[in-house]
Amino acid sequence: MKISGKTLGQSAAFRKLVGALVIYAVIQILLATGLLSDYYFATIVTIGINVILAVSLNLITGFTGQFSLGHAGFMSIGAYFCAFITLRVEGIPGFLLGILVGGCAAALVGVLVGLPTLRLRGDYLAIATLGMAEIIRIIFQNIKITNGAAGLSNLPQYVNWPWLFLFIAAVVALTVNFLHSSPGRACIAIREDEIAAEAMGINTTRYKVTAFIIGAFCAGVAGALYATYFPRIKPDTFGFMKSVDILVIVVFGGLGSITGSILGAIVLGLISMFLSSYTELRMVLYALLLVIIMIFRPQGLMGSRELSLALMKRAGDHLMGLFRKKEKEGRV
Amino acid sequence: MPILTVEKLTKSFGGLTAVSNVNMHLDEGELVGLIGPNGAGKTTVFNLLTGVYKPSSGTVTLERDGKSQVISGQKPYHICKLGMSRTFQNIRLFKDLTVLDNVRIAMNKDIRYGLPSAFLHLPSYQREEKRVRDASIELLKLMKLEEKKDELAKNLPYGEQRHLEIARAMATNPVVLLLDEPAAGMNPAETAQLTELIAWIRENYHLTILLIEHDMSLVMKICQRIYVLDYGMVIADGTPEEIRNNQQVIEAYLGEDVNDA
Amino acid sequence: MEQFLQQVVNGLSLGSIYALIALGYTMVYGIIKLINFAHCDVYMIGAYVGYACMTFLHLGFVASLCISMLVCMVLGVIIEKVAYKPLRNAARIAVLITAIGVSYLLEYGMMYFVKANVRTYPEKTGILAMTFQLGNINISMLQILIVAITVVLMIALQLIVKKTRIGKAMRATSQDQDAAELMGINVNTTISFTFALGSALAGAAGVLVGIYYNSIDPLMGFLPGLKAFVAAVFGGIGIIPGAMIGGYFIGIVETFVSGYGGSMYKDAIVFAILILVLIIKPSGLLGKSTREKV
Repeated sequence: MKISGKTLGQSAAFRKLVGALVIYAVIQILLATGLLSDYYFATIVTIGINVILAVSLNLITGFTGQFSLGHAGFMSIGAYFCAFITLRVEGIPGFLLGILVGGCAAALVGVLVGLPTLRLRGDYLAIATLGMAEIIRIIFQNIKITNGAAGLSNLPQYVNWPWLFLFIAAVVALTVNFLHSSPGRACIAIREDEIAAEAMGINTTRYKVTAFIIGAFCAGVAGALYATYFPRIKPDTFGFMKSVDILVIVVFGGLGSITGSILGAIVLGLISMFLSSYTELRMVLYALLLVIIMIFRPQGLMGSRELSLALMKRAGDHLMGLFRKKEKEGRV
Repeated sequence: MPILTVEKLTKSFGGLTAVSNVNMHLDEGELVGLIGPNGAGKTTVFNLLTGVYKPSSGTVTLERDGKSQVISGQKPYHICKLGMSRTFQNIRLFKDLTVLDNVRIAMNKDIRYGLPSAFLHLPSYQREEKRVRDASIELLKLMKLEEKKDELAKNLPYGEQRHLEIARAMATNPVVLLLDEPAAGMNPAETAQLTELIAWIRENYHLTILLIEHDMSLVMKICQRIYVLDYGMVIADGTPEEIRNNQQVIEAYLGEDVNDA
Repeated sequence: MEQFLQQVVNGLSLGSIYALIALGYTMVYGIIKLINFAHCDVYMIGAYVGYACMTFLHLGFVASLCISMLVCMVLGVIIEKVAYKPLRNAARIAVLITAIGVSYLLEYGMMYFVKANVRTYPEKTGILAMTFQLGNINISMLQILIVAITVVLMIALQLIVKKTRIGKAMRATSQDQDAAELMGINVNTTISFTFALGSALAGAAGVLVGIYYNSIDPLMGFLPGLKAFVAAVFGGIGIIPGAMIGGYFIGIVETFVSGYGGSMYKDAIVFAILILVLIIKPSGLLGKSTREKV
């Protein structure tokens, strides 16, 4: 471990671990005591899946700078491949195998899609990935084995809070670790300046495809979790709108900020939950919110910073400073 | 035996021939200048050498560890791995990253751990990251940037950004270093300091350097040989003294029409 | 052979629609480098305005077409002023998200006000209902009209862009916004004008589709919008004649695929074409490749 020279309590990794365990325990207790009903748990699952999707898309778009509009396509691959497995292999082995197969299948499609298209820049890549996701959806809609537009139903359900938490934590931790490694820095260099990165010995195609594959794998895992919590999957669930939803979370949270993606998924998930009682107006309000947020805070909640204790402390000091200033002004 | 050999290098964009039939050679440890009027094709030569552009014809050969490799037509990252590195005329740092990260990124190609270790931070990760960090800080010390290692590159003053670009280029462990107008935008004092630094680097790192520069005092002072480019062609080469007295060079710079003269 | 010609006729009418929508995408992309996702919803609004004019106001075809184009023109300019202009200097992805937001707003706002159900245009009467027989090929008056109107509008557009002052300003702004501004061009007006033109064409397309397919709904814009965008990319985005060629190409491909039994996969094939074009020649059929200056 890299805690040499520091006491355990000072290590950043240790603090993060404690923080994560506290969140886990609180929700576990709320669920166990019945304070959180199944309805709210469904929201938590949706948010959790969105966290995985957003973090993985952030790796591709926010950190590597490759604009993808087809993330839901990878998710659908994961969901369907996982469902094929769980419908045939029972129990936890089937569940875990399904998630593994779902992730790998999505990663494989990621290679096939990424190799030719990642030469494209900016909007062209976005449109190519959008087209790819639509093709995947249309194929699922029309072949027999996926039962067409009706989709697959009566899928066995395995996902509970411990499993969900485990997968979220694994995806987030591995992604963060990756970003703090040499390959991760190479990806970020591509976002910053592709030509300079290549001149400094970075095989840009290789790292773009690497980021794409990791992102696709995680999206596949997210899809697999979807297919092992919700009893039914159908192609429409993974359409263009889903891809946009994920992108919105990432941009809303802040491109290039992992904590931003997590916060974004939580905030937008809660907003969506509160709006769900206004069925008619829900999407209108959501759309309005989107436009307003983008106009007033185009860099998203976090910008490219990470939420940390130091940052929270700074924000707190700032607030206190404002408060004291007010106080002084009041006295004068 | 020259370390870098350029033979009949030509590049045309559509109908325009930007670089035409350029022959050059750099001997080991030499510091060579590449000068010429604006638009003469100097940066295009750099882009051809480093693979940003593919040459229309001609070959570039780089000698390393007694092996000669044809590098023309290779991808930029591959050319970098073979031992050629560069800076950019219009600074191209990784602006939103720290000074330290800018240098560490340039060491990516020599990292000896794979994806599993990147994900799980295994012992090989810890070992390699420490090595890269130490080496980077060593380079930053050299450039007097050590204290600013955690600042974002975009927040450095202009002169320090130029220094950081040199540090980054050296981090790729090159045998030939191409510097594209390293003194552009610097004041005379900064230029003098940079001149010393370049000379010092060449001596201590056994580098071969090719330098584009408009500041003649810098070029004349530290370059052993100079190539003069005009309209994409080498019109003269020789020692600073020879170049200073070359009629053709004077005409190219003063803009006199040779036919009328 | 007859079936082939019939498909060509059908493809030309469908292609006209795509071409009209594609022009809006291509002009806006050319000038502010934005994939205006809301454009396909302007087209949807156009269809609804035409529907309202014909059903409630009992106006004729030409009057409805003109009103619809006018309303869409205003709508397009409002969208640009309210949603895109504040973000002129923001990251492009933020503008893109805004465009998607506006698109949702129009779709679901419309759904809120007129409900999600499909509506049908009034019965075609008079010359609109006429059909001609050429051997075994059916050509309806409407198809001729669609192609004719499209061609007229495209010629008008070409004249505006090539021959007028504001057209010259548009071309200058799309080349280099800052330089255009320094040369005394009012960039904001020019961008608004571009949105106005593109939106008017989308409005026309909306009415034509409404009459031709006789059914409209608030989400009708999404797929044709995507395909029109594909058409714009195919022809070379930012290039006006490219959008026309792309529109007709996509229209004809789509009718052929459906005509020969592949209707399930017609959309997939359009997207496959898109990806192929992007891989083989990302700058499109008429586009020139540009390289970044180093």
